[in-house]
Amino acid sequence: MLIKKPSDIPSSEITDERWYLKRRDFLRVTGGAVLGAAAAVAACGSGTSAESLESAAPAGPTAGVPIGNISKRVVTTNEPLNAFQEITNYNNFYEFGTGKSDPARYAGRMTTRPWTIKVDGLCNKPAEYHIEDLLQSNEIEERVYRFRCVEAWSMVIPWDGIPLASVLKRAEPTSKATFVEFTTLARSSEMPGLSEGGLNWPYREGLRMDEAMHPLTLLAVGLYGKTLLNQNGAPLRLVVPWKYGFKSIKSIVQIRFVDKMPHTAWNDENSGEYGFYSNVNPNVDHPRWSQATERRIPSYFKTTKTLMFNGYADQVASMYSGMDLRKWY
Amino acid sequence: MVLKRLSKVLLFILALAPAAWLVRGMMTGNLGVNPAETIQLQTGRWALKFLLITLAVTPVRRIFHWNVVIQYRRMLGLFAFFYASLHFASYIVLDQYFAFDAMVADIAKRPFITVGFAAFVLMLPLALTSTKGWIRRLGRRWQLLHRLVYVSAICAVVHFIWKVKLVIGDPVLYAGVLMVLLGFRVIRTVRARMSSPPVRVRVSAAAPRTPDFHQTRTELPK
Repeated sequence: MLIKKPSDIPSSEITDERWYLKRRDFLRVTGGAVLGAAAAVAACGSGTSAESLESAAPAGPTAGVPIGNISKRVVTTNEPLNAFQEITNYNNFYEFGTGKSDPARYAGRMTTRPWTIKVDGLCNKPAEYHIEDLLQSNEIEERVYRFRCVEAWSMVIPWDGIPLASVLKRAEPTSKATFVEFTTLARSSEMPGLSEGGLNWPYREGLRMDEAMHPLTLLAVGLYGKTLLNQNGAPLRLVVPWKYGFKSIKSIVQIRFVDKMPHTAWNDENSGEYGFYSNVNPNVDHPRWSQATERRIPSYFKTTKTLMFNGYADQVASMYSGMDLRKWY
Repeated sequence: MVLKRLSKVLLFILALAPAAWLVRGMMTGNLGVNPAETIQLQTGRWALKFLLITLAVTPVRRIFHWNVVIQYRRMLGLFAFFYASLHFASYIVLDQYFAFDAMVADIAKRPFITVGFAAFVLMLPLALTSTKGWIRRLGRRWQLLHRLVYVSAICAVVHFIWKVKLVIGDPVLYAGVLMVLLGFRVIRTVRARMSSPPVRVRVSAAAPRTPDFHQTRTELPK
């Protein structure tokens, strides 16, 4: 395993103590009920076939619900975590408006149940998953990652999720599959931003196959031990910690294996500013601002030095050896 | 007289309110998740708003024959400069943290920063020559000099448009308002030229005598 696990850092130093205590309460009080509901859904289908779509989605709130089956914890930085309140009230999710507080204000109207994720394209076992099946049939890991936005702000976030590779492998991609394309939900009745124009909806993102299979690449379903709130990309989003935040596509409905570099929303919008790779790189500036430093929320000052590949260079740099990162920004 | 004084004091307090709101937010921790960004966006927006309000004074006078507004123009313009200064200060402190070398490179290299900086620099001579003494000293040239406000406003709007990732919403709205305000002047100038006798000699082609020149002079704050 390439992931560093600094065992010398006491967990109390990293995780907010209030949450740490609460997590146990949640597990005790509500965890059972959630697991029960999820199990009931899972029981209706095999988990990988389209039949599972027939199963009824559980009623009631699905966002911000404690996740019961978190099996392990991978911490990649000893920097203090950003507060739940910060992570959930400062978002770029243009489907709900371009303001940073628009997603927290408007994303609540997005219906996330029933929710299916189609995995198809160049693979032997295309499938359509119910989000509950995915949640139930995989071990959920906690991953503490740095998150660096292309706008030069950053956070440290304790995600909960499934390694993307484990979902991709199940579909058995063929040897022709060289890229993976991801698509966000586009439902104008629930997403006021769609009618404002701007991006070429639906929002799409893509990764090269090796990037998608990398152990750091995560399909996040929660943060701080609770299922994702809609503004963070519920019920399922990508997290690629060595790339700028917009690569970490939210509210995914489709994952597709392709043999060409896929179109991506921001690259389509402005290819001079947003490349397909968009690896965090302090040496390659955005045309309009420097990427050498970042503002670590909630600091007033933009004085945190941006690290190559957002600090994950020793794990990911080898994927780009021989590539001119100025050209392939 | 008393009423005029009072209205100016009232306007002054009103114009200071956005800054007061920011200071209060800083002290109570109510500026959102990224307070630095809130300060930058708000000071920038208010600089631009005051610029547009200042530029609206002449059209309002002409269209509604409401000459009383001219007495507030200087204060409105100075508030535009005040918020632009705060905005520039936020760039120096919050973005660059006094790294002057990096700032010079930034201003030279990035058009988005260059036009923003230009908008601010163009306001400097206008603020400095806004006093009664300078108005007297410069005479006719004062009016000419203060046309720089048009260039400054255009730079500010372009700066706003280049700042955002998607050109929708507010930047478009601000640009639209500026176009209307400048369009008003263009139309008036063209009309005045067409109706004026062709024999009249102009000081220079770049400095057409505006129809409201004398009126403005006599209505300057006493």
